[in-house]
Amino acid sequence: MTAKVAPLLVFGWGNPGRGDDALGPLLVEQLAGLVQKSSDRLECLTDFQLQVEHALDLVGRERVLFVDAAIGLQTPFEVRSVVPAPVASFTTHALAPEALLQVYRDLERAEPPPCTLLAIRAQHFELGEAPGEQALADLALALAWATEWAQLPEEILI
Amino acid sequence: MTETVRPLETADHPQGLRRVVIDPVSRVEGHGKVTLLLDDDNRIQQVRLHIVEFRGFEQFIVGRPYWEVPVMVQRLCGICPVSHHLAATKALDRVVGGWPVPEAADKIRRLMHYGQIVQSHALHFFHLSSPDLLFGFDAAVAQRNIVGVAMAHPEAARQGVMLRKFGQEVIRITSGKRVHGTGSVPGGMNRAVDAAERDVLRAQLPEVLAWAEAAVDLAQRLHTGLPAHLVGFAETPAAMMSLVGPGGAMEFYDGTLRVREADGRVAVDGFEDQRYRELIGEGVKPWTYMKFPYRLTLGPDAGWYRVGPLARVQNCDFIPTPRAEARRQAFVAAHGGRPVHAVLATHWARMIELLHGVEVVAQLLDDPAILCGPLMATGERQRGGVGIIEAPRGTLIHEYEVGDDDLVTSCNLIVSTTHNNQSMNEAVRSVALQYLDGQTITEPLLNHIEVAIRAYDPCLSCATHALGQMPLAVTLRNARGEVLDHVHRSSSGDTVRGTRPHSAEAAQ
Repeated sequence: MTAKVAPLLVFGWGNPGRGDDALGPLLVEQLAGLVQKSSDRLECLTDFQLQVEHALDLVGRERVLFVDAAIGLQTPFEVRSVVPAPVASFTTHALAPEALLQVYRDLERAEPPPCTLLAIRAQHFELGEAPGEQALADLALALAWATEWAQLPEEILI
Repeated sequence: MTETVRPLETADHPQGLRRVVIDPVSRVEGHGKVTLLLDDDNRIQQVRLHIVEFRGFEQFIVGRPYWEVPVMVQRLCGICPVSHHLAATKALDRVVGGWPVPEAADKIRRLMHYGQIVQSHALHFFHLSSPDLLFGFDAAVAQRNIVGVAMAHPEAARQGVMLRKFGQEVIRITSGKRVHGTGSVPGGMNRAVDAAERDVLRAQLPEVLAWAEAAVDLAQRLHTGLPAHLVGFAETPAAMMSLVGPGGAMEFYDGTLRVREADGRVAVDGFEDQRYRELIGEGVKPWTYMKFPYRLTLGPDAGWYRVGPLARVQNCDFIPTPRAEARRQAFVAAHGGRPVHAVLATHWARMIELLHGVEVVAQLLDDPAILCGPLMATGERQRGGVGIIEAPRGTLIHEYEVGDDDLVTSCNLIVSTTHNNQSMNEAVRSVALQYLDGQTITEPLLNHIEVAIRAYDPCLSCATHALGQMPLAVTLRNARGEVLDHVHRSSSGDTVRGTRPHSAEAAQ
């Protein structure tokens, strides 16, 4: 737990067995294949859901990229900065990225690293289905953006 | 099967009533909602909790090679994948003739399972339930969440996160991966615990045990400090079912089934898990896809029961670890030795189980058997098998049949939320009658219903959770089905009113 962490973290979440919900983990897996072999600066993590303990995964990072499927997007993907906020939630099973950063702030008594959310357009979530064709096309575009993000020079922060 | 109708389950003349739909379960958990039918005087006429569960998943499993199943079933739930992982492998141990598994495999699996109990219970209490208890049912929505807990009680929130993290690490060192481990396989385990990783966790135990004790203190303090009008909140007397170990010990991984009546008498004991179909049946009702399990000897109407922490803590005769047993005795004494059926007591029971989980993890981390030794057993192949474990939310049953070609030919899953289906419906009706009947529906009143549901933490058809889905929606319709009012709580916590209903709302 005390080992040195990679300065960059890409964290994607979603259920790989639920159609387009797999987009987050899929992007992270593909990005790891493209970038991670040649870099120890990047760590790639996935999970089913964003949860409170993931705040601890942010400790010691220079910057973080969150990746998730998103419904209601008009474009293949959207990118925005995430800042801590006391977002309301009332279920065990999920946490908004803003709320996660607030948890980080409260646990660590410090500001979280700069965090960016990459939201990929998603429409279908059927059990046992693979992501749809449109989702995979959007994923490819999002992956290209994420690859650039992961290879930015150290002094450049989003 | 004859349909059974309970009070408030079906209104006499539903066509003339207003409909209120609560969709309290968020994006991850699939679809779940409460429908209330009210007459013109706001008197409750019908209350139903609708949950979509795993029927599709059972068909998804059929036709797959059996060895894929323990990994695939982890996709059922992102919160307790280990429970499905182990229930499936226990069932398939029988198929490959590998039951009982060797001592080392048994202990590593137990370690994994109790790590799961710790992490899930910590998440539930600190993230889901403690905000209600700390801030009250009427508190602002923005405060009733883990962020609110962290702001007002930073040390408790921190300990909750660290307890969950500890449980996750136990799972990782036993299953091989942080997510979707593959450690447990039909017939045993495919890996032992690494001594260095074991030592890292063992060094944390004094602190973790202290946090777990503090968690019980907090839950007990919150429960005993409840205002008088909430002491019997959602009280629904029910029989209690769980696994128990030798001598009636609390047991989560493997044991025999026990059923205790609502009045505390033991009705069924020592019932072998492989024969569960002789003990319980699965009833159906026309208004929901979710089944209603019941004891066969009593039938669908009278045979429903409760599973989970509140049932387990009272169903066992003792807890086989000293700290948790002392806490169980305090729980019993606080209630005068009488059976407890008020759902808020579930949170106290859950924290007692969390403490027990930490104690068991501590024992197993000290056991050299987890580091080496034979891990696989083989024997005569069988057609099928049943695996029953106590998952965090209650009894979990997996049953499989496998053909000669190694493909699964049938699959039956009964998850804890299904066992609790009737119990949850009864709790919601109790709350609706006590707090909503004759009242104008307001957000704090609706939260009372959510509080009752949260005590069970129903695990629905996991687990889609795309950004942008709506965490809560309430729709009010008149007798002609027209939308009179619609309120939704956005993911940013804003409450927005309108006349367009939530897409998940369908007339039922």
